[in-house]
Amino acid sequence: MSLLQELIHQTQQTFVQPKYSAKDFQSDQDVRWCPGCGDYSILAQVQRIMPDFGVAKHNIVWVSGIGCSSRFPYYMDTYGFHGIHGRAPAIASGVKLARPDLSVWLVTGDGDGLSIGGNHFIHLLRRNIDIKVLLFNNQIYGLTKGQYSPTSEYGKVTKSTPHGSVDHPFNPTLLALGAEGSFVARTLDRDPKHMQAILKRAGEFKGCAFVEIYQNCNVFNDGAFFTFTEKETKDDNVLFLEHGKPMVFGKEKNRGIKLDGFTPRVVPLGDSVSQNDLLVHNEKDSTLAFILANFSAMEGMPRPVGIFKAVERTTYENDMELQIQKAEAKKKGDLNALLRSGQTWKIG
Amino acid sequence: MVKPLKNLDDVTIRFAGDSGDGIQLTGMEFTKTTALMGNDLSTFPDYPAEIRAPAGTLFGVSGFQIHFGSTEIYTPGDQCDVLVAMNPAALKVNLNSLVDGGVIIANRDGFDAKNLKLANYAVSPLDDGSLSKYQLHIVDITKLTGLVLTDMNMSSKHIDRCKNFFALGMMYWMFNRPMDATIEWIKSKFAKTPDFMEANTRVLQAGWNYGETTEIFAVRYEVKPAKLDAGTYRSITGNEAIAWGLIAASVKSNLELFLGSYPITPASDILHELSRHKNFRVKTFQAEDEIAAIASSIGAAYAGALATTTTSGPGVALKQEAIGLAVMTELPLVIVNIQRGGPSTGLPTKTEQADLLQAMYGRNGESPVCVIASQTPSDCFGTVFEASRIALKFMCPVMFLSDGYLANGAEPWKFPNADDLPEIPVSFRTEAEGFFPYSRDEKTLSRPWAIPGTPGLEHRVGGLEKQNITGNVNYESANHELMVKLRQEKIDRIANDIPLAEVEGDTEGDVLVVSWGGTYGSIKTAVTNKRKEGKSVSHLHIKYLNPMQKNIGEILYRFKHILVPELNLGQLSKVLRFKYMVPTISYNKIQGLPFKSVELEKKIDEVLGMK
Repeated sequence: MSLLQELIHQTQQTFVQPKYSAKDFQSDQDVRWCPGCGDYSILAQVQRIMPDFGVAKHNIVWVSGIGCSSRFPYYMDTYGFHGIHGRAPAIASGVKLARPDLSVWLVTGDGDGLSIGGNHFIHLLRRNIDIKVLLFNNQIYGLTKGQYSPTSEYGKVTKSTPHGSVDHPFNPTLLALGAEGSFVARTLDRDPKHMQAILKRAGEFKGCAFVEIYQNCNVFNDGAFFTFTEKETKDDNVLFLEHGKPMVFGKEKNRGIKLDGFTPRVVPLGDSVSQNDLLVHNEKDSTLAFILANFSAMEGMPRPVGIFKAVERTTYENDMELQIQKAEAKKKGDLNALLRSGQTWKIG
Repeated sequence: MVKPLKNLDDVTIRFAGDSGDGIQLTGMEFTKTTALMGNDLSTFPDYPAEIRAPAGTLFGVSGFQIHFGSTEIYTPGDQCDVLVAMNPAALKVNLNSLVDGGVIIANRDGFDAKNLKLANYAVSPLDDGSLSKYQLHIVDITKLTGLVLTDMNMSSKHIDRCKNFFALGMMYWMFNRPMDATIEWIKSKFAKTPDFMEANTRVLQAGWNYGETTEIFAVRYEVKPAKLDAGTYRSITGNEAIAWGLIAASVKSNLELFLGSYPITPASDILHELSRHKNFRVKTFQAEDEIAAIASSIGAAYAGALATTTTSGPGVALKQEAIGLAVMTELPLVIVNIQRGGPSTGLPTKTEQADLLQAMYGRNGESPVCVIASQTPSDCFGTVFEASRIALKFMCPVMFLSDGYLANGAEPWKFPNADDLPEIPVSFRTEAEGFFPYSRDEKTLSRPWAIPGTPGLEHRVGGLEKQNITGNVNYESANHELMVKLRQEKIDRIANDIPLAEVEGDTEGDVLVVSWGGTYGSIKTAVTNKRKEGKSVSHLHIKYLNPMQKNIGEILYRFKHILVPELNLGQLSKVLRFKYMVPTISYNKIQGLPFKSVELEKKIDEVLGMK
């Protein structure tokens, strides 16, 4: 038995898992985000759902890069790794590949994950390593105090773009789908119930799960998502996706989405159009996921939130383990046999 | 007629041709057979960086040099005694390394008008008498190969591909080597294509017969087996030895081996080799870039694996920020750097030892890492094993330096028995009572390895400065100074855990030649030759570059002159001057090539003559 196997075995023998509450996941560190930061809500929702997975605290690892969001691991009473800028996906990959028995979660922001870490981000998704990725999107650089980010809108005026940004933004959800993400979802910092439901599904998903969270930076980009999060405007501008349900939205539930060829259209529900005529959400349909993710770029379309795609496929660490087991079954590693392999000769 | 057999102590052969001519393969086969004959040997593969340079061009020449003998061999040879040239470019590029009076075997068919032009020859050197000081043998290798295979119904392209075996057959005859091992290899390599099996075997045999029956070679040579230590040997390259050394360290530490790597010449072969050995539960991860490669290894180290990342100089440059993270998080990590010519992309396939300062100082902040370098291809095994041991014991990153010359060079290796390798004791912290992530072992100053999955030890690490003991983020000035000093002290204390340095030769005298890394062999040869002449010269090879062994200063002070030959502009020299305040004499070569012993001997003479 390897040292690691011994440790896991020993732990299983002696550890009796307590019934956790959210409080058990709060570390002894002071939470130091700006007052009113959207991160507080995300932290609270995460701590609330963590007990539901039935995973022992010591089998959970939170990994992050650099940025406001990346302070997250310090506030979780689990194992944690606050890494270097943009590289959290690579660090988390190493943790998960070395230890498929652990539950690995990754926190990143739009700057950390999509700028300096863009490369690692897409490769993590395509490999489908079973890591849960929470991307806090506030469309601004918070920690470095207010420069535009890869998700900031074209023309954004910031300290580094006094004449307006000429960068075109990424749509993180679309990028995640393009990178072959198996589970792609979006939720809102100011909708705790929705966030909890989405995070639970992400946590239970077998494979890489990506969740974009619209998060308000009340210091450098206050209100960036208020259209989608505030009571007055939310219902008319947000489409809540539910698997198997027709796409209805609006304060009066009086509007829906119809497909005209490949082009989605908003239609009023009434005499000529009923719910039966509407597009029905299907998490298993990758093509549909792309169409939905593209709503952001289309005038007059509501912003979809919920699970765009949830399609299970084989995970990287599983395939890796299978190859190892196959090789071991064929011939277990023997150091002497290795040293003697091929041609050898004797002298004396 | 039985041709006379002439005895030689040692001989150097260089095979040269187009990079598509199978030169490396020919060289490796000759090497294998020579090793099986009990000779000591050293090889030097020298090939272009281009995937397949245009045929016939000067920059497309691929060479393979082997030096073998009945005595101990430490280098692939300064000059060659025999040059096999498949075309004019191969001749032109390599002629200056042939000894006067040496043997040239030239493939006449390669010397056509087109190839002569590509090599900038106005007239064929085979005909103009310019090679008169050599023993020139012109052989129609391509044509003869074709004749051997006329009845085989093979395309001329395929026939042409067999010609390297004709040359190999001739060399086997000339140096009285058996062909069995190569025939066995052909059989297994072409098991699925019987035509090629037949063709290559026939051509090899034909090359041998050519030597036996034609009149052009007057003598054959014999190089008797070397008097090596009794035992079982195998041939090994530096990169293979690294892969196996890491596997051995994994077995002996009872940890799973994790490799995060990104392909780069000349380090890729380690990734290839480790990927073959999944039955040792080796996990190889070909990452999307160099940074992801090391970052994944750091994650694996945090999670309890013996973690390593393999790369070459430009890759190390990219990894430096992450190496700093490993320093800060105090995690065990073996960083393998196969140095090549730089800066930037530099000379991808050529050797250099110019990453010493990068290894020692190439990071932001006070960021000490342990640095250790291998000295011969087979030595890579033990040295990377030692790097793993230090990383695990001291919970720190260790940079292991090799170079392009050691990576691809091969030598006979009296390999150890697995049971004789020392255990690497490792224990994970499991006791929750009194646990702090940055508490320290009194002796080594290493922190506990508390891996995820252990109840009660939940903790956070990261790149921000830590409070000593608790590991909490802490920016207090006094704490930062303490931590900087502790991290340095931890590396310094490795010196308590390594053997003292030993001088080869007298422990005092006129000249001490100080070397590190892959130049060991040529410097040892040069120093040995000088000592045979009765000169007061000794050799100190430094394997541990950071920290250095405790007695290095003491050794240096006992010599009048300290000569430091390096394949860089004097990096070790700088370190020695700074650390020990000694006046060193640098001798530098930056040509992508190893030292020749004659160059070194000349330099030693010069230093000996100094007042």
